[in-house]
Amino acid sequence: MKPFVIRLLVVLTVILGTNYLLWRWLDSLNWSAWWIAVPLVLAETYSLIDVGLFGLAVWRIRERKTPPPPPSDATVDVFITTYDEPLDLVMATALAARDIRYPHSTWILDDGARPELGELATRHGLGYLTRSGDWADKPRHAKAGNLNNALMMTQGEFLLILDADQIPQPDILDKTLGYFNQRRVALVQTPQYFSNVPSDDPLGSQAPLFYGPIQQGKDGWNAAFFCGSNALLRREALMQLGLAGYVAEVDRGVHRALAGARGAIRKARRSPEAADPQVAALLDEVEAATDTAREKLRSGGSLSEITYDLRTKVEGAVRSLVAENFAAVESDLAEIAAMDLGGASGTPDPDQLDGAVERMSQRDWSPLGALGSVQAVLDAVSVERPDEAQPVMPLATISVTEDMATSMRLHSLGWESVYHHEVLAHGLAPEDLKTMLTQRLRWAQGTIQVMLRENPLVQRGLKLGQRLMYFSTMWSYLSGFAAVVYFAAPVIYLTLGILPVSSLSTDFFIRFIPFMVVNQLLFAVVGKGVSTWRGQQYSLALFPTWIKACTTAARNVWLGRPLGFAVTPKARQSEGSRWNLIVPQLAAIALLLAALAAGTVRLAAGLNEPIGTLVNVAWVIFDLLILSVLVKAVRYKGFTPEERNVDAVHR
Amino acid sequence: MQFTVETTPAYAEVNGSGRLNMVAAPLLREVVAAVVAKGSHHVVVNMEGTDFMDSSGLGALIGCLKIARQAGGDLRIANVQPQVKMVLELTSMHRVLTPYESVDAAFSND
Repeated sequence: MKPFVIRLLVVLTVILGTNYLLWRWLDSLNWSAWWIAVPLVLAETYSLIDVGLFGLAVWRIRERKTPPPPPSDATVDVFITTYDEPLDLVMATALAARDIRYPHSTWILDDGARPELGELATRHGLGYLTRSGDWADKPRHAKAGNLNNALMMTQGEFLLILDADQIPQPDILDKTLGYFNQRRVALVQTPQYFSNVPSDDPLGSQAPLFYGPIQQGKDGWNAAFFCGSNALLRREALMQLGLAGYVAEVDRGVHRALAGARGAIRKARRSPEAADPQVAALLDEVEAATDTAREKLRSGGSLSEITYDLRTKVEGAVRSLVAENFAAVESDLAEIAAMDLGGASGTPDPDQLDGAVERMSQRDWSPLGALGSVQAVLDAVSVERPDEAQPVMPLATISVTEDMATSMRLHSLGWESVYHHEVLAHGLAPEDLKTMLTQRLRWAQGTIQVMLRENPLVQRGLKLGQRLMYFSTMWSYLSGFAAVVYFAAPVIYLTLGILPVSSLSTDFFIRFIPFMVVNQLLFAVVGKGVSTWRGQQYSLALFPTWIKACTTAARNVWLGRPLGFAVTPKARQSEGSRWNLIVPQLAAIALLLAALAAGTVRLAAGLNEPIGTLVNVAWVIFDLLILSVLVKAVRYKGFTPEERNVDAVHR
Repeated sequence: MQFTVETTPAYAEVNGSGRLNMVAAPLLREVVAAVVAKGSHHVVVNMEGTDFMDSSGLGALIGCLKIARQAGGDLRIANVQPQVKMVLELTSMHRVLTPYESVDAAFSND
């Protein structure tokens, strides 16, 4: 019955929404005020697509039955990732992890490499891992790098990933491992639930809609995705991902380097060093060798042989050049000795000379060393991925939210995922606005990075439903731009009397109101009584965060600028004025309030119509209700112990 | 999984018999790292007795390849069995880790 009701509401929402928007686009645009009319209709179109994608997810809500019992002999590594969280917090999680009933090994992955934590781990019989020496001077890739490092040092068939604050229940593995009896299942994600959040959830920490109908809906499309913590992964799937990525990277790197070889050599020929006929001859040999390599690559030759042959040829050429130079020196010395001018020193020992040739042929001394561009090409024709700490990187490093990118790649290789809808770990949410904003910014930035780098709509191997499910999450992070328009439009009408629609007549109401009602009904039915209002508020109220995420991620992906990445602090940040965190929103509130006053004056003066004023005043009130959540958030003083009792009952 | 090492003047031969899986992978890395550290920069992994390999095993081979290359040498594989060949081809890895017919053939044209 329930799926039918949801599907009916989805169909009605889409039909009524399309009907409304067609009228908006075709019949109602006020072209004389195009500068607000067009942004508004675009924002509305954005919102309809957003609702449509939501509808598509909930169309297939999958409520899974209890999985089969876990196999008796699976090997499991439990990873607790930490960077700078307080030691007692990490240890509380680690000890709870140790007490998980199903046999397993517990590891603390300490990216902060704190000796005290290492000692604590040893004392309690827990594994403790830090980055290997391979990572020195290489990109660290934050949490993805931390996990990739640990994967090379451990052996479990399955991995349970926990953030440092996510305290697992003893039965977490018993309840989830059984899903892996299906050989194609690579991921089991469980909800993230926070125990330090009061029932009114001022910071919008709990995500009942996401860890519920949305993930269940994505699960229905085999697109439930990895959220970084409280999830189990199959090592084989991750490693396969790492290998596929490795081959692709090596292939791309070698192609790119060889394609640039000619240009680099041409440039080197014009450099002063190339005036030396010996260096010029060496460049000829390098060119011949790279031409051969390119030819072999074109005919699908083995990358290991191509790279190895090129390197040996170039090294051989360098060595013979250096040896020639030495031979000349040697014969000069011999002549000097024959003339008996040098006294006692005599000719140098031939072994010593060989050693010198060897040394002079090494990278730093090589005559090629001076020809930087050529050397760079030769270094890049390699199967070692010299720019990375590890050749094989199972967890995706293209984004600061490695989780989503990783599961998307798993899905595109044909692996399956499971969303298990039962809270099996209790975490800690940020308790102040600043930390919360940092966290949301990071999630949004990461999501936009994935959208720009590996857009799901064009990834090979994904089914259409999976593409849309991933895209849906990315799309929802673009809401900041729409929010600005939704705040601006009523202000413009009330203060200037400019209406973005041609008229606010019955035409508008008969189309808009049914759509809105059905839409809200859909949310209510899908949300099953849990409040989705907090989520709706934050998706608009945090507009500066969402916009910043889009601009910084675009700059990062397209121009290579840093994101200004910050680890989400788990401990509460210091008190102090938090109002300056929401200056743009306070400005919006001020404008909306001023617009109410201006609208009243203009109505009284007969400058604005009553209907228009009524609609826009209602709209302003809606906007103010949306933004009011931030007042509550700023004044929130953190979670108090008394409320913990409430939480205990809730559990 | 058991590993044995034989050193010839031209190369070191690492023999692995059994299953090259996530349990054996770190061990293989250690064995090859030790061989290279002792001065044998050219390594052939003889996979005649390796009847099964998973992605972790293949990942370890890549790690070993990197170790040998960084020392100025190379790592090659020989005598791969059908399942191993399938894993190599499934991941397109045969383009990077090209299997040779025999241990002798691995470094024959050097």
